[in-house]
Amino acid sequence: MTQVKLDKFCLVAAVAALLALIFPLAGVDGDTGKQVAFVGDIPGLAIAMALCVIAGAAFTWIGVRTIFHAGILLAVVIFGGWQAVDALYEYGVAGYAGLGFWLFIISLWAFVWRAIDVIANYHSLETVKQQSANILVPVAFGVWLLFVWEVVVSGFGVPQVLLPPPSMIGERFVSSMDTMAADFYQTFVKAALSGYVMGCGSAFLVAIAVDRVPFLKRGLLPLGNMVSALPIIGVAPIMVMWFGFDWQSKAAVIVIMTFFPMLVNTVTGLNAAGKLEKDLMATYASGYWSTLFRLRLPAAMPFVFNALKINSTLALIGAIVAEFFGTPIVGMGFRISTEVGRMNIDMVWAEIALAALAGTAFYGAVAYVERKATSWHPSFRVRRH
Amino acid sequence: MTLKQVVDNVAEMPASKKAVVDVKDLSLTFQTTDGPVYALSEVNLTIEEGDFVSFIGPSGCGKTTLLRVIADLEKATGGEISINGVSPEDARQARAYGYVFQAPALLPWRSIESNVTLPLEIMDLSKEERIKRAHDALKLVELNGFEKKFPWQLSGGMQQRASIARALSFDADLLLMDEPFGALDEIVRDHLNEQLLKLWARTNKTVAFVTHSIPEAVYLSSKIVVMSPRPGRIIDVIETKFPKDRTLDIRETPEFLEIAHRVREGLRAGHSNDE
Repeated sequence: MTQVKLDKFCLVAAVAALLALIFPLAGVDGDTGKQVAFVGDIPGLAIAMALCVIAGAAFTWIGVRTIFHAGILLAVVIFGGWQAVDALYEYGVAGYAGLGFWLFIISLWAFVWRAIDVIANYHSLETVKQQSANILVPVAFGVWLLFVWEVVVSGFGVPQVLLPPPSMIGERFVSSMDTMAADFYQTFVKAALSGYVMGCGSAFLVAIAVDRVPFLKRGLLPLGNMVSALPIIGVAPIMVMWFGFDWQSKAAVIVIMTFFPMLVNTVTGLNAAGKLEKDLMATYASGYWSTLFRLRLPAAMPFVFNALKINSTLALIGAIVAEFFGTPIVGMGFRISTEVGRMNIDMVWAEIALAALAGTAFYGAVAYVERKATSWHPSFRVRRH
Repeated sequence: MTLKQVVDNVAEMPASKKAVVDVKDLSLTFQTTDGPVYALSEVNLTIEEGDFVSFIGPSGCGKTTLLRVIADLEKATGGEISINGVSPEDARQARAYGYVFQAPALLPWRSIESNVTLPLEIMDLSKEERIKRAHDALKLVELNGFEKKFPWQLSGGMQQRASIARALSFDADLLLMDEPFGALDEIVRDHLNEQLLKLWARTNKTVAFVTHSIPEAVYLSSKIVVMSPRPGRIIDVIETKFPKDRTLDIRETPEFLEIAHRVREGLRAGHSNDE
């Protein structure tokens, strides 16, 4: 006889949900002296809690063994989460959440943990299934974090100036789409992208020159190092004086920030080709440019892409920070600095969310191109089989 | 080999053989912080057209260095060397060399086919011509069907064969091979040696071949150059009389063993000098 192994997470979930039904859902309103809400008055929530008890008890016994089981758990969590948010906003629990409510959240938490764990360990030889599992894990995790943020901030009644709930940020994001689009265009498309292209492009060309001319290597590299050590908040106001308030000064700051990582990486990469390969090209009487394009630049690509990835995040940071030192009345950095002053913290958070989305997408795009361009590199080879 | 091919081969053979490599009193000294290193000292050698010359000797005897001087990858510090009557540099510019290194040195971002077409690309051949030649060269080393594979998808022996195909693709006058099979196991090595001999018999190329292995040197060569270190020099040159279409069986003949013995004696004599 094999011993029955109980699923601890589901056990916790079942017990917590059971206690949630017993303990008070909400605290006492100071003015009326009455409890704000009861589980019995909210049928949806009661059903959700009961479902958690049943599912928890069942899976404690049979274990969460398949992806289908995990799917059932996630479905229960989605329904429970919906009911919890409903209770907060429709039944006035927001700001008064009691022990019963938090126990219910703990129960959901245990389910999510267990379900994501199972999905994360899922292995399939079918690429489509494997990829959907790979995507589902971070998405489920992210959605859950947003949910916890929402519930904790509303449940405890955290002041909006300290931390607004994500739903409020989302609402603001959608309702201010026009402003955000203008800010995005100004800061990302005009300043960050052009600065990125100019900084990376010029550094790439200079790196080839540095590699060709030995005295530049001795003279220019230490100088480049010094420029990269300059503090951005010192350089930004000077660039604004030189190049004006518009995007040009921000692009200049980004050029300064991105130049050095690109230069150093490209110079290193140009020396990455092996001695044997260089000798090989020599026996073919291959000229400087032919060897550069056929051997040295391809060999340098992994290094170049490293710099491109580092710079993709630096560029957006540089553009936003530089806008604090003078800008036309548009731009993500400008919006953040003025809306903070007006206590419109939800707008600040909406801009932060926009910056995070843009930065991630930019990085992801560069990483995608890298994988396509250097698929021969050992770090990508394994996935091709 | 059919009768016709034999007749063709005989017909192609010139009355007096042309010297492809001519080396006179060649020496090369590396200046290091520990003082001068005499890599090559007063080397005299002639390699004739169609020869298969093996260089054998212990590490540090300068056999690789000699090959590199021939290929203009190192400059001699004394003496004279001419390739097809011109300097090594001119010969290199004229693309006289097909060099095969110890490692395959295939470019990982190129498929096997485009690795083989690399020298042809540098030499500005037309695309159809490049593809055709790559196809022919890969067929010679029995790698047809692997054109679209990438180097890491092939075994070590196959990679080295691809690098030989690359050296053959542009029809160089002189095939220089620096321990090409050194990293491979005995069986693969025997097999590649057989293929190399067939190739040599078929193309009538001039080959200079560096090796550590006595049986390999005796089996492959028409001429064996025994070298000795400190300073790197030639101590014996042995001509073998085996036919071009020899098989691995000749390794059992008394003639083979006799030559192997002579090579071994030469190597031993070279060693005793510095002990």
